[in-house]
Amino acid sequence: MPMLKAEDVRFQYEYENEAPQIVLRGINLTVEKGSFVALLGHNGCGKSTLAKHFNALLLPTGGRVLVEGMDTAAEANTYPVRRLVGMVLQNPDNQLVSTIVEEDVAFGPENLGLPPAEIRQRVDEALAAVDMTAYKDHSPHKLSGGQKQRVAIAGVIAMHPDCILLDEPTAMLDPKGRQEVLDTICRLNREQGMTVVLITHYMEEAALADRVVVMEGGMVLEDGTPRQVFAQVDKLRALGLDVPQPTALCAALRQHGIDLPADLLTPEECAAALVQRIQDRKA
Amino acid sequence: MLSDITIGQYFPGNSLLHRLDPRMKLTLTLLFIVVVFLPQNWFGLLAVVAFLGGILALSHLPVKLLWRSIKPVLFLVAFTSVLNMLYVSGEGEPLLAFWVIKIYPEGIATAVFISIRIVCLIAGSSLLTYTTTPTALTDAMEYLLSPLKVVKVNAHELAMMMTIALRFIPTLMEETDKIMSAQKARGADLESGGLMQRVRALIPILIPLFVSSFRRAYELAMAMECRCYQGGEGRTRMKRLQTARRDWVALAVYVAVVVALIGLNILFGSSLK
Repeated sequence: MPMLKAEDVRFQYEYENEAPQIVLRGINLTVEKGSFVALLGHNGCGKSTLAKHFNALLLPTGGRVLVEGMDTAAEANTYPVRRLVGMVLQNPDNQLVSTIVEEDVAFGPENLGLPPAEIRQRVDEALAAVDMTAYKDHSPHKLSGGQKQRVAIAGVIAMHPDCILLDEPTAMLDPKGRQEVLDTICRLNREQGMTVVLITHYMEEAALADRVVVMEGGMVLEDGTPRQVFAQVDKLRALGLDVPQPTALCAALRQHGIDLPADLLTPEECAAALVQRIQDRKA
Repeated sequence: MLSDITIGQYFPGNSLLHRLDPRMKLTLTLLFIVVVFLPQNWFGLLAVVAFLGGILALSHLPVKLLWRSIKPVLFLVAFTSVLNMLYVSGEGEPLLAFWVIKIYPEGIATAVFISIRIVCLIAGSSLLTYTTTPTALTDAMEYLLSPLKVVKVNAHELAMMMTIALRFIPTLMEETDKIMSAQKARGADLESGGLMQRVRALIPILIPLFVSSFRRAYELAMAMECRCYQGGEGRTRMKRLQTARRDWVALAVYVAVVVALIGLNILFGSSLK
């Protein structure tokens, strides 16, 4: 059974005196357990709206969303779904509830009505998983943005979800904070097998995923591995999206007649390919 | 910086007073107010001062800290003292007679008595906020107010609101700072002009602050929903408040003090006019 499944999902905001605003126009998407999916698309393409469908914050106006086989539209499934699918939002300041870090992490498990000893254990584990144990007695407002966002992630994983949705979690962070959060996300995915859906504007972040989904106008436009998707440099640029810098460099060099592969993602791969080209020419 | 402002007045420590159960501390503080108002004569008042001194010694707080909490009420103390001196009349000759003003020794005595009472009251109750974290206080309030369920007062929601308010005070302070800088950068003048002009200058700061607060509230509500928040029903707590023997001993001491003060009142009668 897939972790998340969207079947022809449609969604529109209804207004009283105006035409409805159509946000999603028939999305079909399956996210397997343990995968790391990056969701791309420029503002207003419906990616955040789609993410909110996966934990029953929004219900589709057409089609259906299944989370581990549970239909989110059924009211009895709302909280079981939210327990399985955690969500981290963009602004870390607006998602921390308590004045003490460890009590904030405990908020979710407390809502689940778990016994105090188990909450304690989960909080300690979650803080260790995001490497924030040293700050457990601190007040959130004294932490850096990256640290706050890691606390928010700890608050989600303390609920022991199977999947975590992150809606531009690094958009408000400095480069160091971004790296901290990304490392945490990757570790959760690789070491604990957590399913990750990452919405982002940073192509370097998307390149870390094992699958990239590009949305446009409420529809899925591209869906494949980062290599397959980013190889289509012109198509992505036409959508107003960027490609990772190494991919962009190779594309630019190829235009000048230098034969380089189109699907390079990391600076290391790019450098190796360039060295190879230079040696070929010398030989 | 505005954001340097401390929330509450908590003074970290590990004294007996710090370790008492916050619920018991809250109860004892209420009891202390009774204690302060019980004495009717100087012996009783002396006993209260000695008792307060004892608690203060147990709290290991610097006396300077108490001065900080008394300072704002000094005006009130002075005001009531003057009123008492003017209005309380004695039997003997007035100490001072000038126009309609007549000051009797009894008036001065009453003024001193009431002043000591007010100072004790403020000092005693501020010990609560000095030795208890806002979070612990909120938890205690939630617990002590929970019987009000019967009259449809939701103690959990009240406590939740207070927690969120405490959590967002520094965030909003920081935001105010930012908005002020932004408006100053656009030429807003916040520091000069008369009162009305200054009040008017606050509008371009308050409006963005309100708008962003509502946006924050909306997002926080969404984040709370994501974390399965469904109100107090079926919710458990990680940290359970636990009363220890010291809490009950403290309560016993307070009750003993109350009984002793009533005894002193009966023994020496009232010296108040």
